Amino acid sequence: MRGKFTLKRDYYAGGLMLLLGVGAAMTGTGYKFGSLARMGPGFMPVVLGVVLAFLGLLIAGTALGSSEPDDTRFLPNNPQWFGWLCIIGGPVLFIILGQYGGMIPAVFACVFVCALGDNTATYKSSAILAAGVTVFGVVLFHYLLSIPFPLLRGFNL
Amino acid sequence: MISTAITDLWYGFGVALEPHNLMYCFLGVLVGNLVGVLPGMGPVATISILLPLTFGMQPVPAILMLSGVYYGAQYGGAICSILLNLPCHPPHAVTCLDGFPLTKQGKGGTALGITIIAAFVGASFGITEMIFLAPFLVKVALEFGPAEVCSLMLVGLLAGSTLAKGSPLKGIAMTVLGLLVGIVGSDIETGQPRFTFGITELFDGVEIIALALGMFGIAEFMNSINNTETVDLRYAKVGISDMFPSKADLKKSFWPMIRGTLLGSLCALIPGTGPTIASFVSYATEKKISKTPERFGHGAIEGVACPEASTHSSVQGDFIPTMSLGIPGDTVMALLLGALIIHGIVPGPQLITQHADIFWGLIASFWIGNILLVILNVPMIGLWVKLLSIPYRYLYPSAMFFVCIGVYAANNDMFQVGETLFIGVIGYILLRLDFHPAPILLGFVLGPRFEENFRRSLLISRGDLMTFIERPISAFFLFICAVLIVAQIYVWLRKPKIIAEEQAIEAQVPQTSYSELA
Repeated sequence: MRGKFTLKRDYYAGGLMLLLGVGAAMTGTGYKFGSLARMGPGFMPVVLGVVLAFLGLLIAGTALGSSEPDDTRFLPNNPQWFGWLCIIGGPVLFIILGQYGGMIPAVFACVFVCALGDNTATYKSSAILAAGVTVFGVVLFHYLLSIPFPLLRGFNL
Repeated sequence: MISTAITDLWYGFGVALEPHNLMYCFLGVLVGNLVGVLPGMGPVATISILLPLTFGMQPVPAILMLSGVYYGAQYGGAICSILLNLPCHPPHAVTCLDGFPLTKQGKGGTALGITIIAAFVGASFGITEMIFLAPFLVKVALEFGPAEVCSLMLVGLLAGSTLAKGSPLKGIAMTVLGLLVGIVGSDIETGQPRFTFGITELFDGVEIIALALGMFGIAEFMNSINNTETVDLRYAKVGISDMFPSKADLKKSFWPMIRGTLLGSLCALIPGTGPTIASFVSYATEKKISKTPERFGHGAIEGVACPEASTHSSVQGDFIPTMSLGIPGDTVMALLLGALIIHGIVPGPQLITQHADIFWGLIASFWIGNILLVILNVPMIGLWVKLLSIPYRYLYPSAMFFVCIGVYAANNDMFQVGETLFIGVIGYILLRLDFHPAPILLGFVLGPRFEENFRRSLLISRGDLMTFIERPISAFFLFICAVLIVAQIYVWLRKPKIIAEEQAIEAQVPQTSYSELA
C-alpha cells in the first residue's frame, strides 16, 4: 500500500526471490507433477516456485522504473558485526553445550555470550545476568515444568 | 437466536470460571500485560515461547492463556506509547501522537485512565460482535465445499499480504514463500518427502514455533541490538489518583470512543486488516471530523480515546474469522490457529459445535480477562511504570534464553534450536531487504490446508479450473481478490488523498527499531 521503492536494494530483494523461486521450482520438478485432475506432490512446489520467481522479477522491475532516490546499501548505517556474532553464537553454544554438557552450562553460556553483544556490556555484568537467568531457568524449567533436560550430564542432580 | 446465544454464553462463563481455567486466563493476561510494557518483546514471540509449555495441558486452558497474552499485551502497549513515546506495539504507535504530549503536560495519568475505559468499551463491543456474528458465519460456512474454502483462503492470503505495511508486491512474495515453507515435509497424499534435502528431522515439516521465533525473535534481536534509544523516564511518574479522568475529559472522549469502536469492529471483519490499520484509520477519521483538528498532535484526549477503542475492538473481533472459518486475519491469529491444530482441534466451521467448551469458554474468558486487566492496570500502574526502565541489554539475552529453551522443549530436540537460528538469520536478511515477516507465518499456517483443498476441488471437478468461477460463493471470493488487486494497482499508479493522509500521520510517529514487531 505504501510502496516506497528504494532503488538498488530492491534489485537484491527481487534477485533473492527469483533465486528462491527458481530453486523451488527446480527441486519441485524432481517430484511427480501429475495432472490438474490428479495432482502429484510436485504440482504445488513448481507452480509456487514459478510465481515467486515472477514476483521477484516484478519487484526488481518496479525498482528499475521508479525514480525514487538511490539506496545502494544493504548493510545498516552502523553494522553490528560483533553483536550479530554474539546473537548467533549464543544458540550455537546452547546446542553444543546442551548436547554434551547439560542445561546449566548451556543456559549460562547462551545468555553470557548474547549479553556481550551489547556495546555497554562488560564481562562482569554479563556474567551476573547469565547467572541470574540460569538460576531462574533451572527453577522454572527443571523443577516446576520438569522438561527432560539434564542439569549436568554425567551428574545426577 | 438471542436466547440461544445467551444460554451458550452462560455455559461459556461456566467453563471460563472453573478455577483451573481462570488461573490460566489470569496468567495469560498477566504475562501479556508484562510483555506489552517491556519494549522489544511482542505477543508473537511470547505466544511462541509459551506454546510448547502448553503441550501437556488441556486444550481449553491452553487456548485461554495464549489468547490472554494477545489482548493483555494491548493494554501494556498503550502504557509504553503514552508515557515513553515508544511505539513498541504497532497498533499503539498512533497513540503516541497525542498520548505523549498529554504526558508532558502532566496529564499522562488521565490519558491512561481514558485508555483503559476506551479499551474496555472497545473490547466489550468486539466480544459482543463475536457472540452474534460467529454462529451466523458458521451457518454460511457449513455450505462450503473445498472450492469455496480454497477461494476464501486466497482472499485471506491476498488481503493479509497486500494490506499490511510495506510494498504489496513484497508482501505477496512473502506469502508465497510462506506457502513454500509450508510444503516442506511429507506430502499428505503420497508420503513423498518434499524439500527435506535428506534431513530426517524435516520430514514432519518446519516447526511453527521455530519459524515464529526465528522471524520474530532472533531476526528482531539482530535488528535492534545496539540500535535502541535510551528510554526517557522523566515524565513517567503516575499514581493511581491521577488516573481518574475529569468529567469534561470523559464527555470529550465519549463519542470518539464509540466511533473508534465501530471502525475497529468493521476493520476486524475484513480479513488482513488487523488492529494496526484500525487504529490509524480511526485516528485519521477523528482528526478529520473534529471541529478543532489543530489540537491533534498537541495532546487532544480524543486522539487517545478513538484509536485505543478501535484497537481493542479490532483485537477481539480478529478472533471471529479465525474461530468460525479457520482463516486467520494476522500473525497472532495464525499462531493461535497453529496452537489449535497442535492440540488436535481442527479449526473451521465445525469448531463451534464440536468444541463448544473452547469457543464459548474463550468468549467468556475475554470478558473476565478484560476485567482482570482493568483491575491489574489501575492499582498496579506504578509497577508497570517501573518495568519500563528495564534496559534492553538485559532483556534480549534473557529473551534469547527463552527462545532456545522454548524451541527445545517443543520436541526435546536440539535440531529445532539450529533450525530456529537458521530461520532467524534468513529472517534478518529479509528484514534488511524491506520484507515484512508477518505474511510468511500466514502462508505457512494456511499452506497445507490450501493445497489439500485445491487438490480436492480439482479432483471433484475432474481438472476443470472453471469450478472456482462456476460456484457462486467461490466466484464471489475470487471477485473480492480481483478487487483487492485492482485497488492495489490504482493506489500504486495514483496515490489517493486518504493514503497520503495516512502516510502523513505515519511519518509523525516516532520510529524505533523494534516497531516492526507484530
